[in-house]
Amino acid sequence: MAATIEVRDLSHTYSVGTPFQHDAIRHLNFTIEKGEFLGIIGHTGSGKSTLIQHLNGLLKPTSGDVLLEGESIWKDKQTTRSARFRVGLVFQYPEYQLFEETVYKDISFGPKNMGLDAEEIRRRVLRAASFAGVDPNVLDKSPFDLSGGQKRRVAIAGVIAMEPEIVIFDEPTAGLDPAGCASLLENIRSYREATGATVVMISHSMDDVAALADRLLVLNDGAMEMLGTPSQIFAQAERLREIGLSVPQVTSLFIRLHELGLNVDPATYTQASALQQLLSFKGGAAHA
Amino acid sequence: MTHAVIADNVHFSYTSQTENVPIPVFDGLNLTVEEGSFVAVLGRNGCGKSTLAKHLNAIVLPEGGSVRVFGMDTTDEQQLLDIRRTVGMVFQNPDNQMVANVVEEDVAFAPENLGVPSAEIRKRVDDALKAVGMYEYRTHAPHLLSGGQKQRIAIAGVIAMQPRCIVLDEPTAMLDPHGREEVLRTIEDLNKNHGITVILITHHMTEAIRADRVLVMEKGNIIADGTPKEVFPQVELLKQAGLDVPVTTQLLFELNKSGCNLPLDALSTEECAQALYDLLKA
Repeated sequence: MAATIEVRDLSHTYSVGTPFQHDAIRHLNFTIEKGEFLGIIGHTGSGKSTLIQHLNGLLKPTSGDVLLEGESIWKDKQTTRSARFRVGLVFQYPEYQLFEETVYKDISFGPKNMGLDAEEIRRRVLRAASFAGVDPNVLDKSPFDLSGGQKRRVAIAGVIAMEPEIVIFDEPTAGLDPAGCASLLENIRSYREATGATVVMISHSMDDVAALADRLLVLNDGAMEMLGTPSQIFAQAERLREIGLSVPQVTSLFIRLHELGLNVDPATYTQASALQQLLSFKGGAAHA
Repeated sequence: MTHAVIADNVHFSYTSQTENVPIPVFDGLNLTVEEGSFVAVLGRNGCGKSTLAKHLNAIVLPEGGSVRVFGMDTTDEQQLLDIRRTVGMVFQNPDNQMVANVVEEDVAFAPENLGVPSAEIRKRVDDALKAVGMYEYRTHAPHLLSGGQKQRIAIAGVIAMQPRCIVLDEPTAMLDPHGREEVLRTIEDLNKNHGITVILITHHMTEAIRADRVLVMEKGNIIADGTPKEVFPQVELLKQAGLDVPVTTQLLFELNKSGCNLPLDALSTEECAQALYDLLKA
């Protein structure tokens, strides 16, 4: 499969030449495959947000490069500009970035800047609103009258309306209640299924990335610590704890069951798999 | 035992900014919190959790009924300063709570404003920073600390007022797993070893199981109230309120649907593992 994004020896240093000089990310090398769901985890200050701002050219690498479909996004001004439409970035707490008079206008801001005609803009706004779970009845309302959760969905729709090939979410569920989290994650999952878009998601919730991601990238102090499938990553519980992370709750439980001597997989990371193993175990025990 | 909070028949509503109609939040809320307890408050976004928190130190006042904290009526302006220093608040975003360029100055901000003598401030700041495990960072710049460290500084700033109660409104929402654990341990220590009443608003069930008492709110009402072991086995009630149960309870609940008879109050990883082990070891 062709790589959608290739990150080559990427480093970024803030405040070069001042006493606050700080290497936020150091020599990162990895690729993001077309259509995959990549989760990024790492302690606060590990460089996650700095990294994703390089993926659509908001930050310029101190050294190294970012390639989109094999072409450097810094090749020329035009390429950089087009990368910003092709790679959509949903920041942390995006609801604070709403500014228009109506929800409709806010969602249409991106497509408008792309120079699309009114009919195409309308099509995109309605489609994006539906994907993001924005209630169609609020499109003519002021975004400032909505609840926090609804505002966040409007902000997400604004990014999706540009129909980016790759969508990056920076902690999309922070501060939402459990039902809100579950429904937003379900929206992201079905958006990806319907469009085939590549999705990158930063999260502090091991349970969320475990449920959704094909692969996980683990950052520690600006360097790449691990890259692999959730079962490869969550098999390294000890190391994850050392670098300020954890494993999904269900993994902690299965590690303990394994220690107690039950023949279960200590790297179990989804509830469905956990339940299946326990049920088959119980069935087996009953027959024995 | 002293009551930290007595909310009696509280009525409160917000006014929508554009449509100018009152939106009711509380329609006769009653709540009593004992001094020294650790209470977790759960509920979906918009259920009134934060509005409740703001009633506890007179940021908002009830429209009907009354709120008394440690015997002081929150509508009594004479006691406003005492109320604010008795009940401290910590919010979600640590960056919005920092006022100074040096950690110890940030922590000293409240006692300075309360007119505490400077020798006493020095002692309170040192004690508060030691209580949250951040004493060695006292001369650092707050903006260069991690999220968990910043949130502990915010807590130290509240402790320096020597409050009897701390109300924390989703203090870990922006933190990584390690930072979350640091804050939780700090809260537990203040409660168990310093006798401070803690009211913790959270969306994380793993945090709520560490409290003595869990309150579940829905549409401004308290729909469940008890120890974590009493509240979390009510899986269907919690789900209907837009909440979750700990993964442990969820698994045990599903297994019971398939004919097992497991205790739904085995909330911690260890208790749940033991219950499963006892069932399956044969």
